[in-house]
Amino acid sequence: MKRFARLIQKLEQSNKTNDKITALVDYFNYADDKDKVWVIALFTGKKPKRPIKSALLKYWAIEITETPEWLFSESYSNVGDLSETIALLLPPAENTSDYQLHKWIEDLHDLEGKDDETKKNFILNAWNTLENQERFIFNKLISGNFRIGVSNKMLVNALAKQSSLDSAQIMHSIMGKWDPYEITFTELINGIHVNTDNSWPYPFCLAYALESEPSTLGDIKEWQAEWKWDGIRGQIVKRNGELFIWSRGEELVTEQFPELHFLIDILPDGVVLDGEILAVQDKNVLSFSTLQQRLNRKTINKKQLEDAPIGFFVYDILEYEANDFREQPLNQRRKILEQLIGGLDESPVVLSPVINCNNWEELAELRQTSRSINSEGIMLKKLSSHYHSGRKRGDWWKWKINPYTVDAVMIYAQKGSGRRANFFTDYTFAVRDGENLVTIAKAYSGLTDKEIKEVNSFVTKNAIEKFGPVRTVKPELVFEIAFEGIAESKRHKAGLALRFPRILRWRKDKKADEINTLEDLRQLLASTM
Amino acid sequence: MALIEFTKRGIYCKQGDFYVDPWWPVDYAVTTHGHSDHVRFGNKYYLCHTLTKPIIKRRISEDLNVETLNYGESIVRNGVNISFYPAGHIIGSAQVRLEYKGEICVISGDYKIEDDGISDVFEPVKCHSFVSESTFGLPVYKWQKQDIVFNNIKNWVNDNVHQQKTSVLIAYSLGKAQRLIKNLAGDVPIYVHNSIANLNEVIIKAGVNLPETIRITPETTKDELQKGIVIVPPAMRDSRWIKNLSHPVTGICSGWMQVRAHRRWQSADAGFALSDHADWPGLMEAITATGAEKVYVTHGFTATFSRFLNDNGIESAEVMTKFGQEDDEENKVDLADVETHNPKTI
Repeated sequence: MKRFARLIQKLEQSNKTNDKITALVDYFNYADDKDKVWVIALFTGKKPKRPIKSALLKYWAIEITETPEWLFSESYSNVGDLSETIALLLPPAENTSDYQLHKWIEDLHDLEGKDDETKKNFILNAWNTLENQERFIFNKLISGNFRIGVSNKMLVNALAKQSSLDSAQIMHSIMGKWDPYEITFTELINGIHVNTDNSWPYPFCLAYALESEPSTLGDIKEWQAEWKWDGIRGQIVKRNGELFIWSRGEELVTEQFPELHFLIDILPDGVVLDGEILAVQDKNVLSFSTLQQRLNRKTINKKQLEDAPIGFFVYDILEYEANDFREQPLNQRRKILEQLIGGLDESPVVLSPVINCNNWEELAELRQTSRSINSEGIMLKKLSSHYHSGRKRGDWWKWKINPYTVDAVMIYAQKGSGRRANFFTDYTFAVRDGENLVTIAKAYSGLTDKEIKEVNSFVTKNAIEKFGPVRTVKPELVFEIAFEGIAESKRHKAGLALRFPRILRWRKDKKADEINTLEDLRQLLASTM
Repeated sequence: MALIEFTKRGIYCKQGDFYVDPWWPVDYAVTTHGHSDHVRFGNKYYLCHTLTKPIIKRRISEDLNVETLNYGESIVRNGVNISFYPAGHIIGSAQVRLEYKGEICVISGDYKIEDDGISDVFEPVKCHSFVSESTFGLPVYKWQKQDIVFNNIKNWVNDNVHQQKTSVLIAYSLGKAQRLIKNLAGDVPIYVHNSIANLNEVIIKAGVNLPETIRITPETTKDELQKGIVIVPPAMRDSRWIKNLSHPVTGICSGWMQVRAHRRWQSADAGFALSDHADWPGLMEAITATGAEKVYVTHGFTATFSRFLNDNGIESAEVMTKFGQEDDEENKVDLADVETHNPKTI
């Protein structure tokens, strides 16, 4: 446990990926094999058996520290994490122990079915044996998730470095089905429980933003124009009867999107598709916020499946009949793709359409309509281009539309959660409506840490009223809010709602009487209908 | 009649006609210590501890009219007896004891219980009413002994030196910086920012025994700094100067670093929970030792701490200070740091 506690400490002591990987490699070099398996399990979201409810942990902690419940709650809201609050409240441990991580996990497992008194004795004894950081980890084993800034990819890179195995293979191994109580470390990273050959993805081909006029690209006839969809870039791999879905983050997300699993019966073996995972209904792309309901979920319920049905808009084909097709020119790849996918009429898998235009002006005009179909603009790909690895200048360009913006004044502030628990980071903005201010959006991202501190200090000094965690502040700070769309809304006082509002920048140069009016937004709304 | 009242200008003693740590200019300002939120420009007279005098003269103005007291000494002003006792917060920090017709009130300013090796150790003073801070007035704030924290910092520095990284500690130029210098001095040379070096000069001249440090100048090489410990004030935190060092890693020394959320919030690499304020047990210990019948709770977790005291039979009231109870003092940018910080000089 001590070694693991040290690892967590090292991971927290740096913001740099390289340092974190070094710390992980160091850990995997020296730690006990069984512990290593559990660390991989914990960092990838696999939880050990949890025979004790976290409410009981809290209750016992309150009891032995004689802390009033309200004071515990105050502490919890300052710390922002139950496991940590308990670890900090407890008196210093009287004993120490070298008991290993996996032993603690096994002991916890053995508590299954025991009475509360036995459980309590075990927990109190553990608390009295573990140092602060170890206690925090121990509590997390019982009641929480390990969110410490280690992505699956970072973990895999560290394992690859430590074991000299290929990282895509390790990714497939650890994303597969395995039981941390059973598997050995060597078995796990070698992927004996999966066939890693089947899952190999290709590096994505990425585009740069178009900085000049498209006419500088030459004849439009040499280019393929497509809509740029705002979803999750994905790769679908079908080999030897197995189907895999990779996200752009190089994570396997197959389980998250059951709507696409039918492809296992449709696609021939030896096919790799590039495309966009989107929320799709009747072949129409839904907003990104709809898609968001489906992201990073371990389990999906029926309602989520109904509210945010998933589809896949196919851009490209990278492997066909088990041959690497990336060196083929785009127009050739597209032909194959059309044969392969074109026939899938009644499915959520759609060939992303090509936009046919005779000249750049026509295309520029069409681009203005992007928002109406939930697209972010246009992709320009040279018909003769190969499928490059990564970002390369010249062959692929993204030609995005600009977001809408509005100048608004901050009128409420609220403290954030997690790492932002002690700063006012969530703001509500208003525009002018005659003599009044009417709220139009809430946003919590877009400022630098330094700016947030500045705003924080403004809020503390200029708070007018307190409503629980919310402060009404003097309407003084003006921000430029960017948003992707505007819609009528009966639920909002303003009668309209902004889509994806976020702070573009702090307009220190503007005063509160220079902000936009509700009428401005109404006009915008009318123009989009 | 109470000895003190809380007015717009600050804590006021009517009988003696003077203020303690006022926010706005007054005729006579009794000063607990030299941090800029406790002592401000513009008062006609200042009364502070002997060691605080050169500090505030350096930080505010050489022209201040300053009277001084040592710990245990007293003067009488309009019949009110004023005396100073160590608060253990920083060098020269004092609790102000007021006595008038047998009524005793102690205004503690900022304080901590643990001996930090450089400030005179906090001394509890019996009184009827006590004014206490509550910066860390939550039971999750319990400090480890400073030896343990300094060991952690030393290990961190050693690791950094080996990995060719430059260790940069962010600390207040007044107080935290000297505490670090005193406790980290050893084999690794300590390099300090101008604002800290200036204060060190004043402090050493006043007779405090402070280990030797090296002032950072344009001639100081990155290589030298990489092998040492660099201490800079919070105003330098996100500066280009730090970014340009050889593989810089920053460490923040503050009580807030006790909590992971705060550590992660800071854009620093490492956080060390080292505070010049009393932790929860420290606050309780100090308050119990005064035997006070009434406790006024100022900046920090005022509402929480005050409620806890009331629930436990100690009459308490929360007092709003000018900047509001939630402003966290250790994170505030110390104005004096900004003023003495001239990026051209380092």
